Amino acid sequence: MQVTMTVNNKSITRDVEPRMLLVELIRQELALTGTHVGCDTSQCGACTVMVDDKSIKSCTMLAVEADGRSVKTIESLETNGELHPMQAAFKECHGLQCGFCTPGMVMSTVDLLQNNANPSEGEIREWLEGNICRCTGYHNIVKAVQHCAGGSKGA
Amino acid sequence: MGAIGQPIKRKEDHRFLTGRGRYTDDIVRPNQAYAHFVRSPYAHAKINAIDTADAAEAEGVIAIYTGKDLEGIGGIPCGWQIHNKDGSPMAEPAHPALVSDKVRYVGDMVAIVVAETKVQAKAAAQLVAVDYDPIDAVGSIGAAIAEGAAQVHDDVANNRCFDWHLGEKDPVDAAFAKADHVVEMDVVNNRLIPNAMEPRAAIAEYDVSSDMTTLWTTSQNPHLIRLLLGAFVLSIPEHKLRVIAPDVGGGFGSKIYLYAEETVVTWAARKLGRAVKWTADRTEAFQADAHGRDQVGHARLALDKDGKFLGLHIKNKANMGAYLSTFAPAVPTYLHGTLFAGVYTTPAIYVEVEAVFTNTAPVDAYRGAGRPEATYQLERLVDKAADQLGIDRIEIRRKNMIQKDQFPYQTPVALEYDTGDFVACLDLALKEADWAGFEARRAEAKSRGKLRGIGCSTYLEACGIAPSALAGALGARAGLYESGSIRVHPTGSVTVFTGTHSHGQGHETAFAQLVADHFGVDVDAVDIQHGDSAQTAFGMGTYGSRSLAVGGSAIVQAADKVIAKGKKIAAHLLEASEADIEFADGKFTVKGTDREKTFGEIALAAYVPHNYPIEEVEPGLEETAFYDPKNFTFPGGCHICELEVDPETGTIEVCNIVVTDDVGRIINPMIVEGQIHGGVAQGIGQALLEGCVYDEDGQLLTGSYMNYTMPRAADLPMMKVGNHVTHCTHNPVGAKGVGEVGSIGVTPAVINAVVDALKPVGVKDIEMPATPQRVWQAIQSAQG
Repeated sequence: MQVTMTVNNKSITRDVEPRMLLVELIRQELALTGTHVGCDTSQCGACTVMVDDKSIKSCTMLAVEADGRSVKTIESLETNGELHPMQAAFKECHGLQCGFCTPGMVMSTVDLLQNNANPSEGEIREWLEGNICRCTGYHNIVKAVQHCAGGSKGA
Repeated sequence: MGAIGQPIKRKEDHRFLTGRGRYTDDIVRPNQAYAHFVRSPYAHAKINAIDTADAAEAEGVIAIYTGKDLEGIGGIPCGWQIHNKDGSPMAEPAHPALVSDKVRYVGDMVAIVVAETKVQAKAAAQLVAVDYDPIDAVGSIGAAIAEGAAQVHDDVANNRCFDWHLGEKDPVDAAFAKADHVVEMDVVNNRLIPNAMEPRAAIAEYDVSSDMTTLWTTSQNPHLIRLLLGAFVLSIPEHKLRVIAPDVGGGFGSKIYLYAEETVVTWAARKLGRAVKWTADRTEAFQADAHGRDQVGHARLALDKDGKFLGLHIKNKANMGAYLSTFAPAVPTYLHGTLFAGVYTTPAIYVEVEAVFTNTAPVDAYRGAGRPEATYQLERLVDKAADQLGIDRIEIRRKNMIQKDQFPYQTPVALEYDTGDFVACLDLALKEADWAGFEARRAEAKSRGKLRGIGCSTYLEACGIAPSALAGALGARAGLYESGSIRVHPTGSVTVFTGTHSHGQGHETAFAQLVADHFGVDVDAVDIQHGDSAQTAFGMGTYGSRSLAVGGSAIVQAADKVIAKGKKIAAHLLEASEADIEFADGKFTVKGTDREKTFGEIALAAYVPHNYPIEEVEPGLEETAFYDPKNFTFPGGCHICELEVDPETGTIEVCNIVVTDDVGRIINPMIVEGQIHGGVAQGIGQALLEGCVYDEDGQLLTGSYMNYTMPRAADLPMMKVGNHVTHCTHNPVGAKGVGEVGSIGVTPAVINAVVDALKPVGVKDIEMPATPQRVWQAIQSAQG
């Protein structure tokens, strides 16, 4: 089946198997390997991307379902060599170690702040229910989100 | 300005944050094929026949290989040999990469299917028809040692791998004979599944022109993989086998070992003459990554009338799984039995450990490896002793603690601690946790219908294993040194090659700080390279909290060689005697004068040797060192957990975590804190959430994230991390190690807090993980 969608602000068209997952299209067809696969039960969240500006696990969506939509991956966040405030906050607060869950964490928490500009610690932790990190104990991820939210308050 | 001790932001972060990390599955080789393994659905079954005919006809299939095709290549070797009480060696059954006779756990591999695409390989694997004849399985330690139990290996009687001991029995018997009190308890250390977020993966490629095999793999120690795979399994000489561990998404022990998957993938790539790639899905990770912990035991403590420890007797059983993984036999023995002195002066200790084979995945080192098990057993026993003797939990610890002026301290279980200040760690943690004010918080919680508890655990761990000669005497089949090479470039920038591997630990930053400080150059002028056997001389990799203590020491040793050579060059250029040259803050100076040359000027002179002591010194500025540790390092500390139990539902909320650790000299406090957070999360996971369950037939019931509880953000609180540092006295960095302390210290503190919370309702003990169901049932049983 032919699908056409916008990925990181560029239009792409591909012939795909109907059963191909969006994450497979992103990683294998488009070589955007920043989006990771950490499980096979849609639990870990390492594959989180934005579809029409809403975070979604790209392993839960077929590539054909993304036809006509706008997909954004971790590779799209940096602009003109400047990290997105959430990326910068993760670096500032040491919110990552091995880096494998990180793209999913960043995409997910960018969406969180779109929905809730100043979340409480509890709200951040609850939002991250679908993103597993094995390295950080979440401590510095929560701090990074708080840091980013605090930093964007004045803007 | 020294870079050591600064919370410098990590150099590696930019690539991970922007999607530029390069993990094994991200790598695409020209014309690569894809592998999928046919795995056993049975825990124990005889293989009557394997029919690959239909699968071979399937679309895209390139080749299918079974154990028969691999005949003649070595099995997966074990890197550590334990001896029994009678001096005979442990049972060491064959571990074929693909099994032909019978399968021994769910996930055991019988065939590899190689196809043009991943989907085709997976689909064709479904068509491989294996005729199994299921036989009785032993799914647990208890089943393995039962009378008439099925035998996992025909050549291993009673499923017993070894029957090991440490310490002297007679003094322990004497201690119990004169004791005023004896406290004893059974302790189960629950089985865990490591679950690094990046599943294991491997790509192997063979270049016929150069006869070179290259393996990209998710490894914590690429050189060790090269050694085991090349020398012991596939007979490829080292110069023709390159192993690269690129960015690796967490390890926690599970990526130390040589696994059957990368072995078969490498063999198949050579056979086919094209690149073959395999990436585990999470289900395979659950089934076939080496698991952790899984011990049951009995502990007895002899005390005098005042609560002073007189003797300790430990009698444990450990599960090895179906086959011996690379370091498996070391975990319940030398990484475990040696830890039973803890921070205490117990004069007599005797440890007995029997290890058994079961029809479960192999068990090996998982973050802490043996030390969490020992610490848990000891610290639960100490709490029980306090309760039984009616002594305050903190006082009984204080009364038995090794004091600051007692170092070096020789324990009855082989270790000699160099430094530590356990009392200071305890006091600092008690203060930070407001231990004194706890009863008011308990009362307040009670008014809300909640049971609040507080628990404490001290710990001491041994890491940075060992001198190599000692490790060899204890059964290691490899050395445990580390290498470091420093290449100073002509303009004074520096590339460092380390044999350790970073998979989240931040070596690229912390090691750069170490070298920058040594040379007086900017941290950004130093680059750290790791993970490629073609770049680094040799290396033993990263595990056992060894990277800074052992790998960092090798780097410092190499840096000292660079400075020594630099002094000769500086002496020539400054027309002074070498003995008069001093190096500090990036400058070579003639003692007592202002005549100096910068580090960069000396580097340039070494590469442009026009005015140079060429008769005395070679051009260039590059040095390599191998550092062999003089002793283990001994981090220690005190962890405190405060939590609330809802007696209606059995749910637990962790309210406060306070940890005080002595990890030795700290290079980057931000990274150190992060390491502790992660370890603590895994320690809390073991205590409250995580448990691997096999049923009686050896079926894995916790085979996905749907039924194995990983700690999530909402399960954990913010953590208060403090340090009380004493420097390691026997390595040039002064570091002790930080990677594992969190997972060692906190687990008993959590369970001690649960038991403290449940004490008012009559609960005396609880098994890990203390799930709501278990807690609720314990409350119901206690209340009859």
